[in-house]
Amino acid sequence: MSGEGLTVRDLRVTFDGFTAVDGVDLDIRPGDLRFLIGPNGAGKTTLVDAVTGLVKATGSVRFGGQDLLGKPVQKIARLGIGRTFQTASIFEELTVLQNLDIAAGAGRGVWTMLRRRKDIPEPVARALETTGLTELRDRPAGVLAHGQKQWLEIGMLLVQDVKLLLLDEPVAGMSHEERDATGELLRRVSEDHTVVVIEHDMDFMRSFARSVSVLHAGKVLSEGTVAEVQADAKVQEVYLGRASEPEPEATPTTPVAVTEEA
Amino acid sequence: MTVVLNQSFTGISIGAVLLLIALGLTLTFGQMGVINMAHGEFIMAGAYTTYVLQKSISSAGVSLLVALPLAFLVAGAMGALLEWLLIRRLYTRPLDTLLVTWGVSLMLQQLARDVFGAPNVQTAAPDILTGNISAGSVTFANNRLFILGLALLCVLGLTLILRFTPLGRRIRAVVQNRDLAEVSGIATGQVDRITFFIGSGLAGVAGVALTLVGPIGPTMGTNYIVDAFLVVVVGGIGQLKGAVITAFALGVLQSVLEYSTTVSVAKVVVLVAIVAFLQWRPQGLYTLRTRSLA
Amino acid sequence: MTTTTTTPPSTVTPPSTPLLNRFRVPAGFALGAVLLLGIAPVALSDFRLSLLAKYLCYAIVAVGVSLAWGRGGLMVLGQGVFLGLGGYAMAMHLKLTDAAANGEKLPDFMQLYGSGDALPWWWKPFANPGFALAMTVLLPMAVAAVLGFLVFRRRVKGAYFAILSQALAAALSIWLVGQQATTGGTNGLTDIQGFFGYSLDDPVNQRMVYFVIAAVLLLLMALARQLFVSRYGELLVAVRDSEERVRFLGYNPANIKLVAYVVAAGMAGLAGALFVPAVGIISPALIGIVPSIGFVIGAAVGGRASLVGAVLGAVAVAWAQSTLSDEFPAAWTYLQGLLFVLAVGFLPGGLASLGVVLRRRRTRTGTPATGETA
Repeated sequence: MSGEGLTVRDLRVTFDGFTAVDGVDLDIRPGDLRFLIGPNGAGKTTLVDAVTGLVKATGSVRFGGQDLLGKPVQKIARLGIGRTFQTASIFEELTVLQNLDIAAGAGRGVWTMLRRRKDIPEPVARALETTGLTELRDRPAGVLAHGQKQWLEIGMLLVQDVKLLLLDEPVAGMSHEERDATGELLRRVSEDHTVVVIEHDMDFMRSFARSVSVLHAGKVLSEGTVAEVQADAKVQEVYLGRASEPEPEATPTTPVAVTEEA
Repeated sequence: MTVVLNQSFTGISIGAVLLLIALGLTLTFGQMGVINMAHGEFIMAGAYTTYVLQKSISSAGVSLLVALPLAFLVAGAMGALLEWLLIRRLYTRPLDTLLVTWGVSLMLQQLARDVFGAPNVQTAAPDILTGNISAGSVTFANNRLFILGLALLCVLGLTLILRFTPLGRRIRAVVQNRDLAEVSGIATGQVDRITFFIGSGLAGVAGVALTLVGPIGPTMGTNYIVDAFLVVVVGGIGQLKGAVITAFALGVLQSVLEYSTTVSVAKVVVLVAIVAFLQWRPQGLYTLRTRSLA
Repeated sequence: MTTTTTTPPSTVTPPSTPLLNRFRVPAGFALGAVLLLGIAPVALSDFRLSLLAKYLCYAIVAVGVSLAWGRGGLMVLGQGVFLGLGGYAMAMHLKLTDAAANGEKLPDFMQLYGSGDALPWWWKPFANPGFALAMTVLLPMAVAAVLGFLVFRRRVKGAYFAILSQALAAALSIWLVGQQATTGGTNGLTDIQGFFGYSLDDPVNQRMVYFVIAAVLLLLMALARQLFVSRYGELLVAVRDSEERVRFLGYNPANIKLVAYVVAAGMAGLAGALFVPAVGIISPALIGIVPSIGFVIGAAVGGRASLVGAVLGAVAVAWAQSTLSDEFPAAWTYLQGLLFVLAVGFLPGGLASLGVVLRRRRTRTGTPATGETA
């Protein structure tokens, strides 16, 4: 298994007259580790929202031989697409183990649901191992450190048995060590999954991206390898024009990234 | 035809009362998300204000005119006090405010019982409001026309405040993005209190209006409160126009159903209609599409 | 990923004495059973026991409230509707058997207010005890299922749901008042004499009713407890905390909430059915907006998320209501209002959380660093 590819054609999303995504085409191959970058308001998150059924869109999004547009959120999730959010969204009052167990259980029958969990399901144990949370499994998820919450979210996608992971700024607010650990985790995950990452952190992107798409004003500005995208004059222009704008997620810990952006 | 017109007028006047009550809720519930069950008791406070005034001012007309602003201030002050004492501690738990304010509502009802006695009391309406105006075969009761006018005036006033005053801009800013408003230098706590003051004050005005069409009693508010909340739910939390349209629509529907069936059946049918409506527009008549998760 | 960079020192609270934990619940349950079935019937007079029977009916409603609201976050402000449906279904059957026992065709109130000699068609099936008993539970569940399906499917939630369920309680009680000829109107169905062939005037039979109610309460608490600890219970909490997130995991939250709502409605219906023989009456005043909020508040005062807390809270509030309101009606209303304000406003976990809150205050260690964007 190497994940499933995603094909997006002429995707458009409009909010009360404002076009957030304006005719995006994307081809993400199975097993890719794709980064979506772009200035604030470029439409990155909205693109992911549209793919996962959270907002209405026109155009086509094909995944595993089906068109996703118009399907309800939970159906799309069951087809094998999982996502995270900018702010870690886990069930804070449940333990790490309970979080993962719920993520693993969408296909469970009534009888299983009505009984107590007796042991740790095998995929959950594996995800605990992969994310390094085994020790913390009986902690309420709400008390985890910021980075651990993000890893738990990724772990939840793994046990959910998705083929495509869409991660919205997974390393925002992380320390350097957490950031590298997350990158390694994503690299490992992408061995048998397709991964799409929305990220502001250029340093992180350079270290781990296999391919990159740059979004600007709702359109795809450039696409290719890290080197190709960095050499693209249009990309440089967009980022130069925005160089003075503070990037709240990235500045405190990675001054390097900011200077190199410009 | 006459029947239809008369029933429509009855419906519109029911709608006007609903609108007056719901108007305050569009601020406190619609804009701030607080379910204030004591809103009904602010109505009661407005009504008793009228009653007390009439005891000291003999002219019914004058006392009514004085009662309108005074009831607004009395009920508004009660609302601001409630906000400051309790509600501001509960903004993160909107559903719990419902239970807490229910407790407040119980206490206020008992207070009214202790001060004014449990039996209902009545005020005299000014002569000018006791008659009817006939247009062809249709009769309009003057007091109902007055309430309709008052409701529309309040809508107009509130619209002007929200649209064109610095206060209105601040209220809308806090509703749309509390954090941003705060860092922009708006004292959000103060804005909350003023919003609550106006919303509760409008309940007081509604209470004055209700003295023209019914008795005054400690539990008079509870009869209206759920219907008024339904108006806001169906109207949507966007703008005032949702509440205006819904209040009149529900009033007319109620009155037409009451005419063709009975009062009690009408209640049930209206509720079924509301649930059916929410199938079509779950967020109410008017909403803003946003990207937020909630 | 074996980095221990931000991992706080591993102070995972060890599952404190698992042996004790394993027996804590069965032991508590056994204690409750002994108190309710063994000690109370001996220690209390007939009168007090019948009052307790009534409070236990409210406790049964609270079990459902704890499930739907405490765990599921659904503010069920219309549980009176379901208690009413169950109660009326039972009372209709008992009124019919009473009438038959007296050799009459119609229940007493219908002879007074009714329009003819014929029983309304929808009363007829309730002459059958099996049908009536089934309806006490199925009717509330069916109403909850229809309303819940429509409302949850369209993601109507939070305050909107609370207000709709409250409106339902208002509508049903107003409708009942309006149908005097067929439902007894404001009076309700009163003066119920027999319970499946047993005279309710006989204290022995009243005791029997008490035992049935206590047993049903214990049974439903066991059922609710099983739901709480099951995977479904965990999922329900997840839906309460973040419905959208659950949807992204491939579940349909509407169905999860629907189950809790329908089960809670069934419990309230059963409580209503038992309320009728215990108290001898069911009327619109017992099921409208005010008593419906009362059910939620009883659970809130005790502790909404804790089964035992909710049950004890419901019993305590009902007890205080009937004991204090007779002697000091005004003072009781103030006290009641104040209790709701303090319990819900300042102790959201209810009295059940008092111990936890105090302990935490004493040993305030602060939560581990949860990052800046928590």
